[in-house]
Amino acid sequence: MEKRSLPYLLLLPATLFLCVFFIYPFLLVAWQAVSQDGALTLEHFRTMAGHWKFPTAFWNTMLLALAVVPVQLALALFMATLVTRMEKGRDLVLYIWTIPLGISDLAAGIIWLAIFEQTGFLNSMLVGLGAVEQPVAWLGYQNKGTIFLAVVLAEIWRATAIVLVILVAGMGLIPKEYHEAAEVFGASPWKRFTRITVPLLRPSIQTALILRTILAFEVFAVVIALAGTNFPVLMGETYHWQFNLQDRHVAAAYALVILAISIAFTLVFLRTLRVPREAQI
Amino acid sequence: MAEISIRNVAKRFGDFTALHSIDLTVADQEFMVLLGASGCGKTTLLRIIAGLESPSQGEVWIGGGRVDHLPPRQRGIAMVFQNYAVFPHLTVFENIAFGLRMQKLAEGEIQHRVNRTAELMHIEQLLKRYSGQLSGGQRQRVAVARALAMEPDVILMDEPLSNLDALLRLEMRAELKGVLAESKTTTIYVTHDQVEAMSLADRIAVMNKGRIVQAEKPIEVYRNPAARFVGSFIGNPPMNFLPAMKAENGSWRVADVVFKGPTSEHDEVAFAIRPEDLAPSGTGLPAEVRVIEPLGPHVLVTCEVDGHLFRAVLDSDLELKRGQTIRLAPSPDRIRWFDPETEQSLQAH
Repeated sequence: MEKRSLPYLLLLPATLFLCVFFIYPFLLVAWQAVSQDGALTLEHFRTMAGHWKFPTAFWNTMLLALAVVPVQLALALFMATLVTRMEKGRDLVLYIWTIPLGISDLAAGIIWLAIFEQTGFLNSMLVGLGAVEQPVAWLGYQNKGTIFLAVVLAEIWRATAIVLVILVAGMGLIPKEYHEAAEVFGASPWKRFTRITVPLLRPSIQTALILRTILAFEVFAVVIALAGTNFPVLMGETYHWQFNLQDRHVAAAYALVILAISIAFTLVFLRTLRVPREAQI
Repeated sequence: MAEISIRNVAKRFGDFTALHSIDLTVADQEFMVLLGASGCGKTTLLRIIAGLESPSQGEVWIGGGRVDHLPPRQRGIAMVFQNYAVFPHLTVFENIAFGLRMQKLAEGEIQHRVNRTAELMHIEQLLKRYSGQLSGGQRQRVAVARALAMEPDVILMDEPLSNLDALLRLEMRAELKGVLAESKTTTIYVTHDQVEAMSLADRIAVMNKGRIVQAEKPIEVYRNPAARFVGSFIGNPPMNFLPAMKAENGSWRVADVVFKGPTSEHDEVAFAIRPEDLAPSGTGLPAEVRVIEPLGPHVLVTCEVDGHLFRAVLDSDLELKRGQTIRLAPSPDRIRWFDPETEQSLQAH
């Protein structure tokens, strides 16, 4: 009896912690989103959806995730392949490439702000080279395109390393013989990558994609630093409603929308990148 | 035509020399076994032929062309790996078809070849399964089928049976021999199992410490070991060795018996005889019986001769007791002699 209950006893503290600090606040937020003075209502969702900024924030967030995540995946696959092939100095390169992970997202945003702002490095360089006559307002509200690009660049710079780390670990798990067998049986380096590495890496790709996509939907500090309110995103709007407009109910509705999108994408990745049990390594 | 020729090949890993200047020619359609204990360099040599490892010096020729600068896929080889390396994410069919798809063969031809080799290896009922659903023996069959489907000039096998249980190994060994003889490919087969080597090989190349000690027909390697190492490595139980002291006019004294032997400048050489080449006789070597192991068809007797361990395989009808001293006479034409310094075989005259 004691032996059987022991695992549950050991799990209890973590479960309690999660219940008190995660599930309970979540339920509070969910309740806030659908209630007014103790009565159920969809009013807050209507307010949220009816506000002129909502569609912009929604599509900006989506487009940003769509632009950032695939580039990060491709880049990380490429970098992981390079790192895995290295014989010496592999750890050093990995450490250097993961430095951006140690920087807070707000700091990362400020670094890129220093490059793109009117008196920033990019403008100084362009003026110095004589490419432009006077500094360009890259992040001005009329330059939506460059704002988007700057945010994409900052996000790629900041968060590709997490995908890289997951993929490098995954590649290390693929036995060397599979590559050798493929090599002997006529596969070129590219074919070995597409026919052996990528399929066998599917579980890691799945993890990395889920993690990165969820984080991409929560993008906030980098956007605030680079664009302020010129480039509305869902998380920024949540903050705006909570603290500037002091409407916790609508902020809670926004939070639930982000959660719903995250769950939906997670399910899609779980389904499409599923590896049948019999085909696992 | 796919003769394989290895010329002056050496491989060094830092300070460690895995292979010292190897020269070996394998004839077209020959079944060559590389035999040696682990760490002797046999797998390294095979990987150099495959192109998975590059030699520090020397040349590899396959079918009349030099290949040591070519990647594995351009060498016209197929390989069976020790751990099979059956791709887990592909079905058995796609595993066997892998090399054919890389060659961009027509779909009909791929179907035909996969089905034929699957039938040959008796796995036609497994074509839709994944590697994870197969037993070790079945994976082994898939790995061989994948190699055969390529219809290669050369098949390289790296200890392909070592992960199978004893019974399955016996069965696969016989099957492999038949299938490979049929396929008319040149085969290089790496193993540490001397029985496997003896039963499969046209020729055995015995390797020790990065060198080929002897490369001859199995029976030659068994009967006339080129070096003491070969005699002690091949045969179960291995060859017996006893010190022989120089006596008058070209004779050598072993224990208290005098044998005709080779000429040598040394005062002491090694006398060698296989356990099964001994028979009880009044004039043989004096042997004190230590252990008696009845093996059914015969009895393995471990004795002490002149203070040295000495084994004999004798008729099981023989009545023996521990501690008894018997005399064992070697068949004169089976006695071998080895130089004490070079450990090479000495030619008796």
